[in-house]
Amino acid sequence: MSDQVSVMTGNEAAANAARLARVQVIAAYPITPQSPVVEQLAAWVESGELPAEFVAVESEHSAMTVCIGASTVGARTFTATSSNGLAYMTEQVWWAPGARLPIVMCVVNRAMAAPWNVLNDQQDSMSVRDAGWVQLFCRDNQEILDTTVQAYRIAERLHVPVMVCYDGFLLSHTMMPVAVPTPEQIDAFLPPFTEPFTVVDPGDPHNIGPVVMAEPRADETGATRGGYMEIRALHHRALLDALAIIPETDAEYASAVGRSWGGLTWEHLLDAAEVVLVAAGSLGTQLTVTAEQLRSEGIKAGVLGIRAYRPFPVEALRDKLAGRRLALVFDKALSYGYEGPICSDLRGAMLGSDGAPAVFGAVCGLGGRDVSPEDLAEAARRALTDLDAGARTRETDWINLHLEG
Amino acid sequence: MHARMSARGSGSQMSEISMSRPAVGEAGRTGDWRNNRPVIDAAKCLAVKQGKVTCQICWVYCPDGCIAQGVGPVIDLTYCKGCGICAEECPAGAIEMQPESLHGVCAVDETGEAAR
Amino acid sequence: MDTLTREHGMYEIRWHGRGGQGAVTSAKVLADAAFRSGFEGVTSQPSFGAERRGAPITASSRLAHESIRILSQVTTPDIVVVLDDSLLSVANATTGMRPGGTIIVNTVKTASELGLDGDLRVVTSDVTGAAEAAELIVAGQPMVSTAILGAFAAATGLITMDSVEAAISHAFHGPAAKKNIDAARIAFECTRA
Repeated sequence: MSDQVSVMTGNEAAANAARLARVQVIAAYPITPQSPVVEQLAAWVESGELPAEFVAVESEHSAMTVCIGASTVGARTFTATSSNGLAYMTEQVWWAPGARLPIVMCVVNRAMAAPWNVLNDQQDSMSVRDAGWVQLFCRDNQEILDTTVQAYRIAERLHVPVMVCYDGFLLSHTMMPVAVPTPEQIDAFLPPFTEPFTVVDPGDPHNIGPVVMAEPRADETGATRGGYMEIRALHHRALLDALAIIPETDAEYASAVGRSWGGLTWEHLLDAAEVVLVAAGSLGTQLTVTAEQLRSEGIKAGVLGIRAYRPFPVEALRDKLAGRRLALVFDKALSYGYEGPICSDLRGAMLGSDGAPAVFGAVCGLGGRDVSPEDLAEAARRALTDLDAGARTRETDWINLHLEG
Repeated sequence: MHARMSARGSGSQMSEISMSRPAVGEAGRTGDWRNNRPVIDAAKCLAVKQGKVTCQICWVYCPDGCIAQGVGPVIDLTYCKGCGICAEECPAGAIEMQPESLHGVCAVDETGEAAR
Repeated sequence: MDTLTREHGMYEIRWHGRGGQGAVTSAKVLADAAFRSGFEGVTSQPSFGAERRGAPITASSRLAHESIRILSQVTTPDIVVVLDDSLLSVANATTGMRPGGTIIVNTVKTASELGLDGDLRVVTSDVTGAAEAAELIVAGQPMVSTAILGAFAAATGLITMDSVEAAISHAFHGPAAKKNIDAARIAFECTRA
């Protein structure tokens, strides 16, 4: 292993990954806290260190549109955005997976307006979790680099776009040591993208993306082609295939580069844990410190980190949470009018499962509200107190909220 | 028919994306959608009057490509949806949109009428 | 939480500067220098908030001999670095400092003249003078952001000057790197612990 270790921000790590993946087309619009990713890539394109086409667009909607066009003709594409920028490209965020285009996008997680807030939470990614992208969350800057490279392999094997999500500022702007693989290592892992589903051949012209009817019908050759529901069922099946492809890809990456990130989920101190703390992203990293603190107090705490949020790893979660007393799910987002999205999904997956734990939810860090390992430990102690008192359901616990001022 | 969705294995021959080769009538007999059909008056059609393939503005503007160039142009009523753009754009005012009820909805001409 | 960091053998550092003065650069180059000095775990981050030139800003760093897993704001720093002594009256630079902590101030005053209360070790260094001596002037102002790392090295012994120079060379290129290194060396010599 001949990695070069440098101290760099999460944004720099993402840019390095796109460069190592030999992306061919980049189209992006700046938005805090994503901007440095694109600035670095633009500088490399300008200097020739990255022989890619950089398309300056006037909006995020156009950024994703350019990626859709480029991916349609078989180019490996990259974009990145946050928050309202992701919202601006929403219809295209839905288009790309329906069109089965293996675009990779980094989402630098930031709060949604209104009100305006440039700081971290995970609401932006959650707002498009249903669109049919693979969604992966990173717990530190090393994982950002490795996962963004892996994302291309996953996307191109499945023909499904992949969203690599990482916390704005907490990771994007925070420097930490990152080992940068060599181009040789990555080339051995990631072959060129050569087989899009789309046919772009002047000698054999095709309509790409025409209107589809409700029912299957015969095409011009008499072959039966799916209606909307069949096409979407195949898309959904590809996401279910991702449940195996994501860990396989992680294992292949480990062979090539020497680092593994656990596939769909990761864990810390999970052995014999009675209370499992669950989160996605850098919150999970902090929870490992929390779990160690709770263990030192005699509380059998452990951490189950969500790496793949979509597809949702139902079987893995049922398997790892069976027999526990409590799963406390920390969301940095809310489905307004209900509860944290990861909490809902996890509780739903546990229903009917043997040995399912009680599932309580906590919301923290909205709009960049600081949350420390001790804050998380206090939340766990509160949850356990309520559980021990016989609570089977519980309102969402808002951490560090100051409504009284 | 209900299908249990599972990963891998149960291969489908259906295409994963919406893609097709260009073909006449690829979207079906869209002529059935019509309420009004375009009728070209040969006496006013510039191509007919000049005896050559000229003007052809209706052919240029048809959004469905169901007008063929000609002296005068020929409208394919199997697919013409009756949008009326050809009538709107004809510089000679030679095209009139006539209700289908005048022509008998059940009897659709395969080649369309170039002249009364 | 005291025990979380103490038991992990972690140093928490808070930087105070004015927007545009380079405090974020100081934190970044420190992280690199600390990593080169043998700290396996380092993080540096700017204060996350609205920033503008001249406004008081903070940055945070953490150094440890294992991977750092805490990303929340530094609230109980072991070490505070003040890039501009005029900030002492507007920003509560000593807030949350651990007993026995070290505060490093860019100033021509003496420690006692600064009048900082508490169980603190006050270290002063004329970093502005060092930058001027090295002709490290940017946009008409002496740039103290890297020079202050020389004072940090002298005051704490946590990083070596070799690592500071290597980190500066990585962050800056050509003649700029040399001037920054010179300023840091002079600041190292001028530090009064």
